[in-house]
Amino acid sequence: MELRRIDENSWEIPAEGPMRVPAVVYASARLLEDIRRDQTLAQARNVACLPGLVRRSYVMPDAHQGYGFPIGGVAAFDPDEGIISPGGVGYDINCGVRLLRTDFTEEEVEGKRRELLAEIFKEVPAGVGKGGVTRLSRAVLKDILRRGAEWAVENGYGRAEDLERTEERGRMKDADVEDVSARALERGIPQLGTLGAGNHFLEIQKVREIYDPAAARAFGLTAPGQVMVMVHCGSRGLGHQVATDFIETMENAFGVAGLPDRELVNAPFRSTQGQRYYRAMCAAVNYAFANRQMIAHWVRDVFARVLGGAGGMDQVYDVCHNVAKVEEHEVDGRSRRLVVHRKGATRSFGPGRPEVPAAFRGVGQPVIIPGSMGTASFLLAGTAEAEALSFASTAHGAGRVMSRHEALRRFRGEKIRDDLARRGIELKSTSWKGVAEEAAEAYKDVEEVVRVSNALGLGRVVARLLPIGVMKG
Amino acid sequence: MVETARYRILPHTADGKFQAYGRTAEEAFGNAALALSSLMWDWSSVEPRIRRRIETSGRDREQLLVKFLGEIVYLFDARQFLLGRVEELRILPRPGGFGLEAVLAGETLAPGREIHGGVKAVTYHDLRIEERDGVTVQVVVDM
Repeated sequence: MELRRIDENSWEIPAEGPMRVPAVVYASARLLEDIRRDQTLAQARNVACLPGLVRRSYVMPDAHQGYGFPIGGVAAFDPDEGIISPGGVGYDINCGVRLLRTDFTEEEVEGKRRELLAEIFKEVPAGVGKGGVTRLSRAVLKDILRRGAEWAVENGYGRAEDLERTEERGRMKDADVEDVSARALERGIPQLGTLGAGNHFLEIQKVREIYDPAAARAFGLTAPGQVMVMVHCGSRGLGHQVATDFIETMENAFGVAGLPDRELVNAPFRSTQGQRYYRAMCAAVNYAFANRQMIAHWVRDVFARVLGGAGGMDQVYDVCHNVAKVEEHEVDGRSRRLVVHRKGATRSFGPGRPEVPAAFRGVGQPVIIPGSMGTASFLLAGTAEAEALSFASTAHGAGRVMSRHEALRRFRGEKIRDDLARRGIELKSTSWKGVAEEAAEAYKDVEEVVRVSNALGLGRVVARLLPIGVMKG
Repeated sequence: MVETARYRILPHTADGKFQAYGRTAEEAFGNAALALSSLMWDWSSVEPRIRRRIETSGRDREQLLVKFLGEIVYLFDARQFLLGRVEELRILPRPGGFGLEAVLAGETLAPGREIHGGVKAVTYHDLRIEERDGVTVQVVVDM
């Protein structure tokens, strides 16, 4: 495929054939090598063919092949002329990351690390098929879908100030449970408050480097050695079912003739089906916010019990990685409301945006980029430049480069555990096979992803975090 | 590597991909259900203690297959049901598409059983149904 180099880390796929606009890829030559190996670029080109797409179809530095839309894809549509697509959000609606700070240092938790992890493993239901703590009634679940993290806080999971530090304050107000199917509800009931498997994890981390002291201070980071907790999970089966349901609904209503890929199925945003999907998706987003709110609460409980206090365990922030939102953006010098799809991408609002909590408004929103199992994670700050570059979006993680199948062939879960232990990282999981599938070697280099994000100005790197304890679902 | 005459698991970067085979579409669909299960649990060790009759439909065979496999994902998440065997699977042409009926036999998830993967959804990506010396289906699932 023809790629025109714009500058060091930007490339363009010129608009040709059915493409309405060009696609832009943000990657170094090295990352582009990985990106070119699968269908990512063809998928970015397909997105550029969809009606009502504004400006460009964007590809983030960690992109890899997804379903319909690439993972690491950002696409904004005009609400009147454009579409909404479940494939532009992904099956795991509001897969996202929450980061907590603590007042503890690495030395203070060293002797208790194993116990902390063992207790968290007991408190937080982990892998697949592990039911949540409570058997919810349908009425309660519906309340959760309406109110997200707000419901969790009101019911004793966490603190009111956590909501200030969550995207959308932990609640998408356009959610409507009437648009969520009975099947989605049934899948959601046993899984509330669970981590899930695959690439989802919970990590005890330490701050390794601080690159931007002012932003770090605003985010609650003090010095290298400070202990942090990161939770990475999503809306579980409920969100997966919402996506599945509306792929079928939209296909039956609008057909897929003329689409280069059946997974690109979509509906006009203003259509009944488009609005129903949007409201059901918002409900799934709320489920995921509540889920992470509950898990974070249990983690605080464990820290309080094992270390005798969780007072300093404030939430840094909670971000969505898979979502479609109606946001104001500047296009050709005027402000427009757009339906921004971020699939495997993080919102990166810079200083001054009203959506950014007051405490961060001078430095930009925290952008949390998890690494793969056992590797570094990063904290970035949103930038003003990202607005013009990518509708205020950046990368979301490392991105796979090796199949689970190949990883299983090459790695043993038990050996990975021993290797991590030698590097001072404790690991617990429900499945060794699952651990082998998530081996760090199966992922892109997150350091390079963050370096490129920082160089382009998509997100400004603030700190580097290293795991000391990993719980994998 | 899981390899049997019923199905084959194929390499795929992010997720799970397999081909399943049969003399008929019914047999290939049934084997696809086992291939899907093998990505999450060892179906061959699951006893047929519970039988669930299911029905679904599709506007074409591809949608029918996606929805049939979706039943297994749904039953696992919502009912903790582990498929061990597919019985009496029938595909019925209908006005505007196809219907499918089957009996799924298996167990409820019990402590001590390893679930080694989670399937989020069945996708249309690279989905193929081919008839040549029997029927081959190819499916990619999001994990």
